[in-house]
Amino acid sequence: MVENLIQNISIDMLRSGDRAEFARLVDAYSAPIYRLGLRMLGTEQDAEDVLQNTFLSALTHLSSFEGRSSVLTWLYRIAVNEALMILRRGRPEVSIDDTDAKDENDIIHPTQFVDWVALPEDELLSDEGRQALDKAIQKLPENLRTVFLLRDIQELSIKDTAETLGISESNVKVRLLRARLSLREQLSYYYGERMNKEKSNG
Amino acid sequence: MAESTHNTCEGLLGSLSDYIDGELGAELCRQIEKHISECDDCRIVVDTTRKTIDLVHASNTPQTGLPDDVRDRLFKRLNLDDYLKPSAA
Repeated sequence: MVENLIQNISIDMLRSGDRAEFARLVDAYSAPIYRLGLRMLGTEQDAEDVLQNTFLSALTHLSSFEGRSSVLTWLYRIAVNEALMILRRGRPEVSIDDTDAKDENDIIHPTQFVDWVALPEDELLSDEGRQALDKAIQKLPENLRTVFLLRDIQELSIKDTAETLGISESNVKVRLLRARLSLREQLSYYYGERMNKEKSNG
Repeated sequence: MAESTHNTCEGLLGSLSDYIDGELGAELCRQIEKHISECDDCRIVVDTTRKTIDLVHASNTPQTGLPDDVRDRLFKRLNLDDYLKPSAA
């Protein structure tokens, strides 16, 4: 959806320093970049830092944008790096490269088999339900969360996610599966509890 | 459970993402569908995983725009103040 906007933005005009065109680029992509920062870092202040630094960096490096990836993928890559820099300030061990892939081939085995898909949509998407989902996403380990955010929230392809993070496509797939199974597990636990409560109240 | 075909719980789990994303070939899909018609736990895992992803998408749509004050500060930081008319969104 966001990707369609690229067709209206001229890379040549951006490169030639057209400020009006850059302002249009900022308006087209600032919301998804801000949301990515918010989901990765959890605070509005950090998300705003990511947002500002991403476009400042884009402005500086426009001439080196080769157009091999889409503008959005390019901006996401800058934003992910900016967000990781902020994360590492407090935790130097944070890494998303291929070297921390140990144990990643172990699949998370489901333990929750509650069938909650038939719950009404307004209950699944209630404020409380959304908070449970956000909390579950925040609880994912960093290397899984970043892949999940790019693929399932920003809706990048497997290829673009791999390119953005500089990891292999097979690694993206493994991390995505682990992230999805882990979220499913947490939501199943949450909705299972709710269904039990409703049963005992009813 | 011994062999890792798509007709086992283990085999299904490994291909779950590809299956949900519609990236598996017809034969593998057929094997998975046969398995989940016979294995209730796996059917639940497939259904709830798919629903989890649907919920993520659904919960992501309402908060589309950027807060006005965040946009103001961004434009100022980028020296684009003169383009700071209300956004189309």
